[in-house]
Amino acid sequence: MTRKQRRMTIIGGSLGVLALAAALVLNALRDSIVFFSTPTMVAEKHVQPGKRFRLGGLVQPGSLQRGDNLAVTFEVADGGAKLPVAYKGILPDLFREGQGVVAEGALDGNGVFKADTVLAKHDETYMPKDVADALKKQGHWKDDYGAKDSNKNSDGMKPAATTAQGNSQGAVR
Amino acid sequence: MIAEAGHYALVLALALALIQSFVPVIGARLRDPALMNVARSTALAQLLFVGASFIALVTLHVNSDFSVANVYENSHSMKPLIYKITGVWGNHEGSMLLWVSILALFGGLVAAFGNNLPLSLRAHVLAVQAWIASAFYLFILITSNPFLRIVNPPIEGRDLNPVLQDIGLAVHPPMLYLGYVGFSISFSFAIAALIEGRIDAAWARWVRPWTLVAWIFLTLGIAMGSYWAYYELGWGGWWFWDPVENASLMPWLAGTALLHSALVMEKRNALKVWTILLSILTFSLSLLGTFLVRSGVITSVHAFANDPTRGVFILLILCLFIGGSLSLFAGRATSLKQGGLFAPISREGALVLNNLLLTVACAVVLFGTLYPLAMEVLADFKMSVGAPFYNLSFVPLFVLLLLAVPFGPMLAWKRGDLLGVTQRLLAAGVAGLVVIALVWAWTRGGSALAPLAIGLGVFVIAGAVTDMVERTGLFRLPFTTTLHRARGLPRSAWGTAFAHAGLGVAMIGIVCETTWNSEYIATMKPNDVAQVAGYDLKLDGLLERQGPNYREMIAQFNVSRGGEPLSVMTPSKRNFTTRGSSTTEAALLTRGASQLYISLGDVTPEGAIAVRIYHKPLVLLIWWGPVLMAFGGVLSLSDRRLRVGAPKPARARQRLQPAE
Repeated sequence: MTRKQRRMTIIGGSLGVLALAAALVLNALRDSIVFFSTPTMVAEKHVQPGKRFRLGGLVQPGSLQRGDNLAVTFEVADGGAKLPVAYKGILPDLFREGQGVVAEGALDGNGVFKADTVLAKHDETYMPKDVADALKKQGHWKDDYGAKDSNKNSDGMKPAATTAQGNSQGAVR
Repeated sequence: MIAEAGHYALVLALALALIQSFVPVIGARLRDPALMNVARSTALAQLLFVGASFIALVTLHVNSDFSVANVYENSHSMKPLIYKITGVWGNHEGSMLLWVSILALFGGLVAAFGNNLPLSLRAHVLAVQAWIASAFYLFILITSNPFLRIVNPPIEGRDLNPVLQDIGLAVHPPMLYLGYVGFSISFSFAIAALIEGRIDAAWARWVRPWTLVAWIFLTLGIAMGSYWAYYELGWGGWWFWDPVENASLMPWLAGTALLHSALVMEKRNALKVWTILLSILTFSLSLLGTFLVRSGVITSVHAFANDPTRGVFILLILCLFIGGSLSLFAGRATSLKQGGLFAPISREGALVLNNLLLTVACAVVLFGTLYPLAMEVLADFKMSVGAPFYNLSFVPLFVLLLLAVPFGPMLAWKRGDLLGVTQRLLAAGVAGLVVIALVWAWTRGGSALAPLAIGLGVFVIAGAVTDMVERTGLFRLPFTTTLHRARGLPRSAWGTAFAHAGLGVAMIGIVCETTWNSEYIATMKPNDVAQVAGYDLKLDGLLERQGPNYREMIAQFNVSRGGEPLSVMTPSKRNFTTRGSSTTEAALLTRGASQLYISLGDVTPEGAIAVRIYHKPLVLLIWWGPVLMAFGGVLSLSDRRLRVGAPKPARARQRLQPAE
């Protein structure tokens, strides 16, 4: 083998691996991306039942109902629309009525959002960034959401974040 | 007083770093040894002053001096001493101070123990270190000064985020930073080599131990962080593909590639340009990680402070260093001579494949981390890229890599014999196949992927063992000869075997945990019994207790198996009054490498409590694997050949001549 041939072998191999990686990434992008929506966006876009997405908004005060065997239902609102959510399992430590929440799952045939993961992730303003941005954009942002935040610079290294998993495979599907 | 002293020390450190940035470079131009030696003394003095500054901040936290904003916001007088200390880096300002302290520490180590480096190379390396340091000192002093006072000092602090009040935080960030920042040394060496336009095998020999040190710490840091998330966040997940985690995984992948390519360069004087590029990329990814974590651009489990001026400042640092170093590389790389011919099938070829797969896997992670950000900025919609994406893209690449791992160390340099190596690996392959068959039969045809993946893990481990058996002549030669040979083998050979076996171990743990993890979620009243994976867990009762700065509710479980009592587990829920937030403290019971895991939910009005119980088979292998890898790294580091340039000056100097 000449030096040139060797170099071509290596370049060819590299291109092969890169092509493989690109193919894998494109394939993975096709069906494993999860979009973020608010109840208003869900109402406007007529999301298909069974299509997975992340729902973000505020837990409607007074809507939380606990059923048997850890089943819970609550409503997620963003000022414009409301969406009922059903979940089975333990809600995260930081889940509260009137506070921000992000749930992952899909709509069922009756228009109820079946969540398999509920994230209550927030900084000390009790507001997930996704939710805050969406509310701000829709003009429903109230300054008092941030009232608890007396000092902007004081976030912890890893602010409290908890996750509840509806099933053990929720994270690794 | 202490705060002002700490602040002043930091300003002095900046001044020293600025001197260190320019004087040695001018000295190298003028070939003036005195000017070049300025680098050494300024680097050591800089370490002294940053160290003093860091100690000042620790002292302020320990003394609960709430007139300092940083202490007020992150501490509380009732907090246990250990968390007062670890709370220093549990916030933005303090962790940046830790970052530059470690940077200065590495610079100081090069200055103190780099006596065997050519004078101009050392001057350049330390100057580049000082460029990085100056940028970050400015960043801290302008945007994130931890020593700011409050005009009207409050009586009590706001306490540290409860999730961070854990021993994991004492260890995880310093380890991670030792890894992240440690790669700055190989970066500085690469830039110095480009400036000097000269690079040889000796250069790789100096760079490798520093890369290895950084890599060991990063490996342990990532594993530590993963275990911390596993027991602290309360639902038993150990990896989230969260941008902040990816930010530490990317330098690890690139750093692993760098370790291997530096090996080719050291042994065969080939892949020079590529090694330089990897050194630059690895540290660039560390800087990118710092940016992602510190600027708050990402929505993540670890969401951060959201002050845009900081983000922009770090972005500028990022562009300056990545852009500058890549331009320098583009301009100078062609002047570095290529050397060392090798056939595609050879040890070098295998290491090139390793580098290819690692860097491409790294690129995939980079894409998955930045794509959602880019889409949010460009197309204005939000989405998340999670585990499903990485399972379909990152995992196949890593499987390919694992398949190739056992072949690499057995191929000869220059020209290898793939068929011969395959024959020698036959036993390992058979071991893998037997395990696949056994696991398959035992699970009675469940998912086909799990047995295959476990077989692959076994193949990797068996491959590492085979290599050692061959080299020592075990079973072939008399036992005493084997023993003698084992002692005579280079430590780096043992290191390779341990590190590679660690990969297989971690792989088996990951597959077992994700496939056969069993879960039980229910509300339980006292005296209820939960049955999980053959264990009986009886809830004895609930009790309340007062901790130093929290109240906790403890649930006591009696664990038994087949009627035979095993242990008592006490998961708890802590309520931190100062911040009004609560944490879940999971209880873990280790049985071999498997664990039972209990975390608590809410108490219902009827006095029952929601519990989540997991049985996680072989879960500990996930972290034993990285520990094995790090142990392999330490073995490699103790290899006599690497002590040249490693922090062992007395012996290193003697060995320099025969080694050259």
